This record gives sequence, structure tokens and C-alpha cells, in this order.
Amino acid sequence: MMMFVQFFQRAVMQGIPLLFGATGEILTEKSGHLNLGIPGIMYVGAISGVIGSFFYESSVGAANINPFLAVLIPLLTSILGSLIMGLIYCFLTVTLRANQNVTGLALTTFGTGFGNFFGGSLIKISGSDMPAITLSATSKCFKTSLPFADSLGVIGKLFFSYSFLVYVAIIVAIISSYVLNHTRTGLHLRAVGENPATADAAGINVNRYKYVTTCLGSIIAGLGGLYYVMDYASGIWSNGGFGDRGWLAVAIVIFALWRPNWAIPASILFGGLFIIYNYISIPGLGAEQMELFKMLPYLVTLIVLIIISMREKRESQPPQALGLSYFREDR
Amino acid sequence: MLGFHVVKRKNMDWWKAWLIRGASIILGAAVCAVVIVFLTGKDPLDVFETMVDGAFGTERRIWALLQGIAMLLCISLAVTPAFKMKFWNIGAEGQALMGGLASAACMMFIKDALPNWLLIFVMVVTSMLAGAIWGVIPAFFKARWGTNETLFTLMMNYIAMQIVSVFISIFATGGSGKIDVLNASTKLGWMPSVGGQAYLLNVVIVLVLTVIMYVYLKYSKQGYEISVVGESENTAKYIGINVKKVIIRTMLISGLLCGLAGFLLVSGADHTIARETVGGRGFTAIMVSWLAKFNPIFMVLTSFLLVFFEKGAIQISQICGLNASFSDIIVGIIIFFIIGSEFFINYEIKKNAKEGGSK
Amino acid sequence: MAEVPAIELKNITKVFGDIVANKDVCLTVNRGEILSILGENGSGKTTLMNMISGIYFPDYGQIFIDGKEVEIKSPKDALDYKIGMVHQHFKLVDIFTAAENTVLGLKDEGRYNLKKSTAKIKAIADLYGFDLNPNKKIYEMSVSEKQTVEIIKVLYRGADILILDEPTAVLTPQETQRLFSVLRRMKADGKSIIIITHKLNEVMEISDRVSVLRKGHYIGTVDTDKTTEAELTEMMVGKKITLNIDRSDPVNPTDRLIIKGLNCVDKEGIKVLDNVSFTAKSGEILGVAGIAGSGQRELLEAIAGLQVLESGEIVYNNPATGESEDLRNKTPVQIRDLGVRLSFVPEDRLGMGLVGNMDLTDNMMLRSYSKGHSLFVERGKPKELAEKIVDDLEVVTPSVQTPVRKLSGGNVQKVLVGREIAAAPTVFMAAYPVRGLDINSSYMIYNLLNQQKEDGVSVIFVGEDLDVLIALCDRIVVLSSGKVTGIVDARETTKEEVGLLMTKTFGKGGEE
Repeated sequence: MMMFVQFFQRAVMQGIPLLFGATGEILTEKSGHLNLGIPGIMYVGAISGVIGSFFYESSVGAANINPFLAVLIPLLTSILGSLIMGLIYCFLTVTLRANQNVTGLALTTFGTGFGNFFGGSLIKISGSDMPAITLSATSKCFKTSLPFADSLGVIGKLFFSYSFLVYVAIIVAIISSYVLNHTRTGLHLRAVGENPATADAAGINVNRYKYVTTCLGSIIAGLGGLYYVMDYASGIWSNGGFGDRGWLAVAIVIFALWRPNWAIPASILFGGLFIIYNYISIPGLGAEQMELFKMLPYLVTLIVLIIISMREKRESQPPQALGLSYFREDR
Repeated sequence: MLGFHVVKRKNMDWWKAWLIRGASIILGAAVCAVVIVFLTGKDPLDVFETMVDGAFGTERRIWALLQGIAMLLCISLAVTPAFKMKFWNIGAEGQALMGGLASAACMMFIKDALPNWLLIFVMVVTSMLAGAIWGVIPAFFKARWGTNETLFTLMMNYIAMQIVSVFISIFATGGSGKIDVLNASTKLGWMPSVGGQAYLLNVVIVLVLTVIMYVYLKYSKQGYEISVVGESENTAKYIGINVKKVIIRTMLISGLLCGLAGFLLVSGADHTIARETVGGRGFTAIMVSWLAKFNPIFMVLTSFLLVFFEKGAIQISQICGLNASFSDIIVGIIIFFIIGSEFFINYEIKKNAKEGGSK
Repeated sequence: MAEVPAIELKNITKVFGDIVANKDVCLTVNRGEILSILGENGSGKTTLMNMISGIYFPDYGQIFIDGKEVEIKSPKDALDYKIGMVHQHFKLVDIFTAAENTVLGLKDEGRYNLKKSTAKIKAIADLYGFDLNPNKKIYEMSVSEKQTVEIIKVLYRGADILILDEPTAVLTPQETQRLFSVLRRMKADGKSIIIITHKLNEVMEISDRVSVLRKGHYIGTVDTDKTTEAELTEMMVGKKITLNIDRSDPVNPTDRLIIKGLNCVDKEGIKVLDNVSFTAKSGEILGVAGIAGSGQRELLEAIAGLQVLESGEIVYNNPATGESEDLRNKTPVQIRDLGVRLSFVPEDRLGMGLVGNMDLTDNMMLRSYSKGHSLFVERGKPKELAEKIVDDLEVVTPSVQTPVRKLSGGNVQKVLVGREIAAAPTVFMAAYPVRGLDINSSYMIYNLLNQQKEDGVSVIFVGEDLDVLIALCDRIVVLSSGKVTGIVDARETTKEEVGLLMTKTFGKGGEE
């Protein structure tokens, strides 16, 4: 039992960066933009937070940090970083109508380069002998969890033992789902992604919707990077540590059929699949073969993708205008 | 309302289009220079000199540059037929990796069971097959059920990487978590060095491929069919082209070439396999191909451009003690500018005549 | 009549480039009235209505609403004046429900409350007798339901003046009757309705008055109960114009293509070809007349092997071998392999017949590139052909290396027709080959078709200008809503006769 509780906790913590990324990407895709820059944006979200926190920690000294500011400053720098990334993407794909795939991939190259560059530079400044930056003090503030969780036993451990960003991720996903399906803004946004010409004719400002949601999506995805480094990795940034999580987030978008609320269990499931080889042993399979389990998220996503294209059920298809730029005079 | 509106250009002289692209590269380079000067405090001209030095400074650097161009170009050539057909294959990374894995496996298991030339031949064939399988699977689903190829090939990349991870974890050398250089002493399965140059054969092969691809796209019937399908599926059907067959056949070629690139990377350069063997070239290749308007000859230029900036930026970072990832930032900025410039080639901004004097 | 009209147009003129779409058009519509706008394809009906609904802005002229002059610059302006238009092409989001589509874009409604909106939609539907489930998704709907959603969208926004562009074109007779009863109820409710149409029987049935446009000009307005179908047809098609097209008598015609009972259904399940039968003979030009969208495209595509048929036969008598083949549901390649030399100039020149981004030479190869066993394309002969066509047909182009999309419309068409003729066909089909062409280019195309006919080719010519059809063709098949409503001898018939057949709604199907 304790084993399961521990596994579940780890799965959630693995899943939360993915959830942030997936929610951000879902919102973006709902506006008709396939943003393959999400991995880069999450990277930038992480390193921007690290930069903010690094300079705050080193200016006042790790021992004297104000817990409130220690959270607020990285949060703001992270948001700023991913917002700029989102704006670059929007300017190129919405205003200049550039190819979304090429722009997104370039953004990922740029973002990971940006992250590794500043990560590497900070490591050098800090003079650490390990190839990593350690921000334990800040991380501690991020990791503050609900005080009563321990007193609730297993339920407390399963559901209430996490830090605030975990709940932010879940709440953001739920709110996104609600907005998409139950508000006028959501209706208009979905119309933009499905059929921009119709939306335009109905008097909806197509480009404004694209800009706002894509930038908002970037910010949300960037928080995934921040959570990863501050909480999951306990404030330790090492270049390349973030891995392929950005692409896993893109996979979850498909797996959850473009529904943010479905992305919540999907993220935890993917998080679990990612670490399950540490927890179960199948007779005859060594640790090496267990590495195969990490393939599962991609494999199941592929199967979902194939099934939805075969079944042709309209509700589970990608937004119809996904990947196409909109130009009014093309109608 | 704003005082201007955007209209599609009917056409633009080719030289004007290239002038705009050239200007965008210069503008991008200028922005990079500002960034570099800001970070290092060096004179911009100095910076440029350092970049040139980094790319061409020594014979070794020139060979490294050529090898870098050859590998990037090879994968770019591979993705081009698919893109020309408007099939968004972003799975070159995985296709090349599978090819590389096949090569590495041959090097590990066949070793001296076959004469070296036959071993290399088997490596080429298995690599190309592995890449082709990875390319045809998404094509089949696209042709049969219209499955979104962008997302499909993306997933295939990571499945390939995971397969490589498993392979590595099983056959890792000692506890290092990676595979050492294979057949380091016997050099079995290594691409022979010609005239003392390890990379020469690679470069020559890719050059020949460039010409073949150019001829294939421009002069072969299959290349012609690819263009028609890419331009208008309606026309393709009107003249009786079997669109599904063309999609699968083209992705087969794409995959074969990606597999070959994997072989060249493993046999001709790394002599081992890792998750990073392809090193993101599968994605960069998309930009190379797209920026060159899918013309193999122009792709020599665009891949040179990107590799030059990459190597140059690495040199700057070494001299100024910056992080090596600096080059990704520089390459990213340059690409943003080139992508953005296409807008000014395809559209023009006109002032609103009506707004001022309506009525 | 002292009553102030709901909407009044005075001397509206709109010019696109060189084409005058509307010239000095005047119209009035009263409250509680249904006005029909009648005219052939391209007579400027839709352009005129687009100016009332704010999509275009007139170059000259005035619009009055309730006697006050107004400027309508956008669809939103139009709605503020309570004008709503239902376009021929629906603007709906497929995966949304009717209710979601109805409220799309509305901002000033207070809190988003789909339940409340649904109730309001139900109320509107009940008031006018619509049959609609507001929670049904658009992609599950029939065309008539989609149209209902479009009408309700307009009413929901409070429109008092409704414009319907060809609303019955996509409806079955039963659905049309249901729509008409709804329109009558709206009229009784005091709404003004403008309905664009070209079906005479419907004009007579539903409208109070009819305004007729011809080639962008305003011809006149008559009260429905004081006019006849014959008078309206004459107003619509005008006096016969004598064209200088030579027409030789068919020499030794034999049956080349026998079409028997073709039935075809489109993606949305609407019948687009309904038991179509006719015979095309060698050495004659067979015209196909009909309002746009009556099944012409599907008919030609079916013969060319591009359209899947429900049932029917397309029998080809091969003049070389004397054998007969059924071409039904064969692919273009299979048809070619049978030795059938079929040329087809499709309506969509740059989207289907040619590739805009390829040069003349490469476009010549479209038909012939796969010949022979070489792996490579042979550009020598196509280049010669391109040069020959440029010379013979006086194509204006910088060179044969120019992408065809850079050529003007007439030159594009010459390239396409030239290529199709070069294939030495036995059956030559052309859909609207002179659309958008100037007089000289048009005559060149007519001469080319005549030459084909004299060479013993069976020519099928789909046209829209009745004067041309009557002057050029030997026989004319008339289609209406996918049915053959008549096959007439072009030398004997009149424009009025063909016009009436084109607008006949309840024809008896093709004669055997």
C-alpha cells in the first residue's frame, strides 16, 4: 500500500509538468495553431524562473530570503520568459502567416539553446563544481505543502501532500475546460480554430483570439518548466535535465482528445508510465527491458491518433483549421 | 481601423525575392551581433572574424564544417520529396536514428563474420530498410485513413529514441550507461577514410545524393508526380495519378534516405549509437529544406548557412568563455528572420485608399 | 401608395475591374412583402444583395431604410439596420450545435447562457413554424436544416429585412414547400423578404412582386399576379442576339457515347444526377444547358472517371475497333488504357485542369508524362507542343517557361483547350470554356470546337449563355436539379423554350 501511495505521488509529480504543457498546447491548438515550440517554451519558462530566483537568492543570501518573494520573483520571470516566446511565435505565424511547423521547431531550437546557454552561464557564475545550479532555499518555498495533509493518512498523502503549483495545474486545466465549453469566449475560441472564416464573418476578431490564447498557452506551458525545476528537481537545474517532457506534453494533447480536463488523468498516467519501471518487476524482464515502458506513452498516443482517424468521430478530431494560417481574402 | 491592409502578391521577380531573403539574413546577423556584443563586449567585426575562424580557421575545422553540412544536407534531402508533396514529415530524426541503430547493431553483432566490404554493404541495406519502415508506417495511415502525419511522425521519433535507449541499456559498456566506440581497434564497419580524410567519403556521397535528388525531383516521372500531388490533389486525380500510392512511395524514399543518413552518422563519424546521434538534425533539416524552397541545390547553401553560424557561434563561445548552446540561440534568431521575410515575398502591405476619402 | 418602403435602392452601381456587376439598379421593398429578384447566372443578383448586407460597398447610388439614407459598410452595420442575409454557402461551424452557431459572435447578450438562448431559438422556431432541434450538431444535419439554422441566426439577431440567396437551390420540393410556408408566416408578421432565384414557378408561387436583372442591368419590376412566366422569361433572357458563329451540319453522325440512367449522390446525400440519359454523337456539338449546379459538373466528371455513380451506364462505342465499353466507375487511367481518347476541359482551370505553379511545358505533360518506359520525363515534345499552342492559339506569354498562373484568364484557357485538343480526342468535353474570356478569345474557342466537330469528334459543351448554346450546338440537353428536362434541336428551339426547361422544377426525367 505504501508502495502505491509513493508511486502515485511520484506519478503526479512527474505528470504535473506535462499537464501544464498539455493545457497550454490544447488552448493554442484550439485557436488553430499547432505550436511545436512548446518544448522550447517550457525550457524557457524553467530557465527564466531559475534566473529570477538565482539573482534573488544571491542578492539577499539564501538564508535570508522572504518566502513570498522567493516564489513571486521566479514566477514573474518565468511568465515573462514564456510570454516573450509566445509573442515571437504569434508574430511570425499570426501576423506574418509563417509556416507553423517550421516556426515552432525553430522556437524549440531557440528555447532549448536559450535554456542551456543561461543554465551553463549561471553554473559558471555560481562557481559550482557540479554541472548544476542548486536553489534549495527557493525550492523549499515552492515545495510548501498543506500543513494538515499528514494528519489525513493515506487520503492526505494521495491528494493533499503536494505543493501549490500542482493544484494550480489542476485548477488551470479545469478552468480551461470550463471556459472552452461553457462560456462565450470559449465558444468563440473554438470557432476560430474550427472555421476562422465563419468566426470572422460572425464579427469575432480572429487574430486577437489567436494572439491571446497562444500567449496564454505559452505562459501556462512555461509554468510546467518552472514546476519541474523548482519542485520536481528540488531546485536543481542541470542542462538537458528536462528531457523530452515537452514532446510528451504534445502527445498528451492527442491522448486527451484536446480536452484539458481529460489531460489531468492522462498526465498522471503518462507520469506513472514514465517511472513505473522503478516500482514493478515483471519476472524475466531486467531493468534494461523495463526501459521499454518509457515508450508506452508515445505508443498509446499513436494508437489513439490512429483510432480517432479511423473512427472519424467529429468531436474527437483535431480542430479543423489546425496548422493553417488564416487570410481573410483567401475565402 | 488601421490605415493599411495586406494583399497577396501575384508574383515577385526571383531576384527581388532573394534580395529580401538576403536582407533578412543580414538583419538577423545584425541582431545576433548586437546580442554578441552585449554579452561579450567585443567589436562586431572581431566577432565576425572569430566566426569565420571557427568555421574555416584550420584544416580540421574546415573538415568538421563540411561533415556538418554533409550530414544536415543528407537528412534535408531525405525530407524534401515528402515536403514537396505537402506531407509534413517531422519524423526524420527517428527515421535516421533507426538507420543508425541498424548500423550499430550490425557493427556489434556481425563484426568479422563477414568481410568488411560486405559488412558495410549489409549495414547500408539494413539502415536504409530501418529508416524506410519508420517512414512508411505514418504514410500508410495517412494514405488509408488520413491520420495526421505531423503528430504521427513526431510520436515515431520518440518511440525510436526509446528503442535506442533500451538497446543502450542492454548493451552499455560496463556501467557507463552508453556504448563505447565500436570496433575501435579493428575499425570493422567503419567508413574507410579516403586520402587520409575520414569525412571525405561522407561528403562525396552526400554531394552525389544532392545531384541525384535534384535530378529525381526535376526530371523523373516520379518527381513530376510528387509536384503535381503537392500542388493540387484535384489535378492529380484528374490526370489519373494514384495519390495514395504516390504518398507511400515518396515516404519510402524519404525513409530510405534518412536511414542512409543514420548509417553515415554511425559508420562515417560517431562509430557508436546514442539517443543524440542524430542530434536534432531531423528537425533542423526541415528548416533547411523549407528555407531552400525544396530545391536541393539551394539546400547546399541553406545548410552551409546554418552550419556556418553554428560553428562560428561555438567558436565565439569558446573564446569568450560562453556556453556552447549559444550557437542554438544564434541559429534560432537567423531562422526567425528568414521565416519572417517570406511574408514580404508573398504579401504586400498597401495603404487603404478608401479610409481617407470615403464618400 | 403613401407607405414608406422598408428599403429602397437608387441607381446602385458596382464595378469590379473591367466588369460592371450592377448598373443603375433601383429597387423597393415594402414591409410585409416578398420580393423576388430574378435573373440568369452572372446577372448581378448576389452582388446587389451583398451591397445591402454590407459585404460590398456600392461605387455609386443610395440606399434608404425607412426613408432615411444610410451607409452600410459592414455586415454589422447591416444588422444594426435589421438587415440579415442568408448566403448560398452556409457559414456554420460543423461541430457546433444549432444553438451554438446561432449565438456565435454575439457579445451584447449579458451572461453566456445557452439554455436561455435555446429557449429563444425555440420561440422563434415555433412562431414561424420551423422544425429544428437547437441541440443538434451541424454535421448531422441535412442541407435544409442547415439553411434553417442560417435563417434563425438572422432572425435571432432581430432582422426585419431578410435576404435569401437561392434558398431553394439545395432543397427538395417538399422542403421548398415547408420553407415557403415559413416565409409566408414571416411576411404576415410584417417582415420584408427578398428572395434571389431563377425558378419561375417558385417566383409565381411565393412572391408579391418580381424585379428582373439582366447582365447587371435593372430591367423592371412587375406584380406577380399581373404577369406570366413567358413575360418573365423574356425579361430575364432578353431579345435573341444574333451571333456570328458558323455551324455546319453534322456529317454522318454515329452514336459515340450513350448515357443511360445515371444516378449520383453528393457528399451530403443530395441527389445531383437523377436518371440522366442521352446520347452524344460523333461530328456534332451537344450542348448542356442548365442553371449553375444542376448536375453539369458531376455529369462530365462521371464520364471522365472522376465521379462515383450510384447506378447507370456510360457506353462508349470505339470508332477504331467498333467495340463498346462501359466506362462507369472506371478510373481515368483505366479509361485511357481501354483506348478511349477522352479530353476534358474542366470548369476549374487552375485547380484541376492545370497546375498554376508549373510552366506551360510541364502543364503540357500532365496528360502524357507517363507514356513510355523511361524513368525520366521527356520535355522535348511537350515543349514543342507548348510552343505550337502558343503560336496557333496566339497565347500571350513571355515564354513557355512561365508559370501558367501568371497568364490572363483567356490565355490560361487557350493553353488548357489546346492541350486537350492535341490529344486527338474522340470525345471532347468542355465545361464553361468561355467563362471570363473576351470576345476574341471566345470566338477562337468556338472555332476550335467547330473544328473538332468537323473532324468527327463528339463534342459536349456545357455553357451558360443561351445565345451561344443555340448558335453553336446541334442539340441541347437541358438539366434542371440533376434531371434531364428536355433534349432540343438547337436549330429549331428558342431561348424562351430552353429557359423554361432550365427552370422547370418537376420535370419528368430524361426521355429514352
